[in-house]
Amino acid sequence: MSYLADVGTLARKDLRLELRARDTLPAMLLFVVSTLVVFHFALPAGADEVAAQGLLWVALVFTALLGLARAWAPERESGALEGLVLAPCDRSAIWLGKSIAVFVFLAAVQVVALPAFAAFFGPVGWETVAGVALASVGICTVGTLLAAMAAASRTRELILPLLFLPLAIPLVVGGVGASISSEPLEFLAFLGLYDILFAILCWASFEYVVSE
Amino acid sequence: MISARALEKRYGPKRALRPVDLDIEPGSFVVVTGANGSGKTTLLRLVAGLVAPTKGSLEVGAERGELGFLGHEALVYRDLTAVENLDLYGRLYRVPERRERLGMLLERFGLWEARNARAGSYSRGMLQRLALCRTLLHDPKLLILDEPFTALDEEGAMLLDRQLAELRDGRTVILSTHEPRRVEPLASARVALA
Amino acid sequence: MSTSSPNNPPSKSRVPALAAAAAGLVGLAIVFAFFVAPEDADQGISQRIFYFHVPIALTAYACFGWGAWKALQHLRGKGERYDLESYVAVHMGTIFGSLTLLTGSIWAKASWGHWWLWEEDQLVLFLVLFLFYSAYFMLRFSIDEGPRRANISAVYALFGVVLVPVSFLAIRLAENVIHPTVFTREGPQMTGSMFLTFCIAWLAITTLAYALYRVELLGKRLDANLRELREALTA
Repeated sequence: MSYLADVGTLARKDLRLELRARDTLPAMLLFVVSTLVVFHFALPAGADEVAAQGLLWVALVFTALLGLARAWAPERESGALEGLVLAPCDRSAIWLGKSIAVFVFLAAVQVVALPAFAAFFGPVGWETVAGVALASVGICTVGTLLAAMAAASRTRELILPLLFLPLAIPLVVGGVGASISSEPLEFLAFLGLYDILFAILCWASFEYVVSE
Repeated sequence: MISARALEKRYGPKRALRPVDLDIEPGSFVVVTGANGSGKTTLLRLVAGLVAPTKGSLEVGAERGELGFLGHEALVYRDLTAVENLDLYGRLYRVPERRERLGMLLERFGLWEARNARAGSYSRGMLQRLALCRTLLHDPKLLILDEPFTALDEEGAMLLDRQLAELRDGRTVILSTHEPRRVEPLASARVALA
Repeated sequence: MSTSSPNNPPSKSRVPALAAAAAGLVGLAIVFAFFVAPEDADQGISQRIFYFHVPIALTAYACFGWGAWKALQHLRGKGERYDLESYVAVHMGTIFGSLTLLTGSIWAKASWGHWWLWEEDQLVLFLVLFLFYSAYFMLRFSIDEGPRRANISAVYALFGVVLVPVSFLAIRLAENVIHPTVFTREGPQMTGSMFLTFCIAWLAITTLAYALYRVELLGKRLDANLRELREALTA
């Protein structure tokens, strides 16, 4: 299908751009490890393992924000977004291609973050990994669209966290719940629901975010 | 090809384009003139479908994939090479024989030597030439050019002159310029914006 | 492609009558809530706040929903008026949402001695919505006026209504596992006069919200017309 071909073309373009510039991914990796170290010093001595689980999610959400802030930077620099909007491809393909690329970066960060977390704080179960995977889908789909909105605003870097954090709250609930609850499947199913609902909404509405 | 009635564009209270009527036949070569702020760019962007009208009606007889737009910005990725940029657009526009076509265009506009250099390293004139390649890549039947000569170097301008004369055949061209005399011999219709 | 856009705002003649009706109803509701309805044995005077707290919360939800509906109309290209109507509806929703937080907090302090209770699902939901819709205004005011701003605001308003049930579900789930309930509260069983008071308060708050909506809409439209005239004269 040509729609998927367009999505593939666009996602590959983003991956190639990041591989060449090599600025966002290293920054995210360093940021997440630094944040985890800060958390070690921020947690009082008697704090238990469960509290630390919550902090993993704080680290992930804020690292994702760092990456999302730069997601549309290549398009902004040279006005290339207009070039994509002019093209006959579906506008939602622009969003989907970009989301996939952001997901790949986020996954790369988590491959480092989760073992680091396990080393610093305590073991990480399969439920946590599943939760992280599902929540990442939501972060990327919603975050990419919000980042496009923020790109249209004068206060770009300031506004993205404000837009993103309220929408990230359900993801944090789902993720932390999956890690510590006795019924992780309930929370994982909730994350799945979030992902589906918001992915559909993003897919349908991205056209309007980039058009005048 | 293009027909407009009382076409108007406003951003809040600001008027970017006063009401205008247009009737452009296919195959015309239209030159749009007017002072700064008269709405030349806005009109061209309306025709390209980049912005929607505030009032009035606009009908353009070309789909998105059939029109080529050259604006003030090059609309290319700084960190990709010329070849990679054109390949990207070639895929999105489903250009047949993509590689050959982009090679031919790069050569025609004198960018063949620099084809594997990052677009970010290009001079302004070269960028505008690359943008021209992007615009012509998919052989559009409607060409929309917003002050194409402004950012071009002398060599590029000469190449464009030659190109425009060739491109006229079978295509509709609408361009805005500060120097109408340059394209006067080609023009078949004129629109002057107040 | 071809486009054209109409613009026909609703009439302004009924606004004064509407405002008067709202004021009257709110007065009536206050009388009923504080003097007519019986005092609750358990909670005393703080329970009277509930006559206003719940309608205010329901009205806030209704405003957000109304705003999202208008936003959808705008995106479907139905007319120029919908962007402003959506914005004013969201504005009303945010005002009433803030009032929900305020009345809820007062109730919590009066009943339990704490200004905030994480166990109260409604309050937590409104806190999240308050954050979300505050960002709406920051977003809207940081984009220059025009179709871009209108489209983005509309999409964001739609995200809001999807967020409401999702957040509610999340808060419920969190309550069970992450924050187990410490306080329990029985919902008030309403007798006849209590129910009547509640209905009057609900009608009053809804009318007040609608009146404020129309007044603000009127003001904003006049402002927009004025700016357009000024622009046309100086051009």
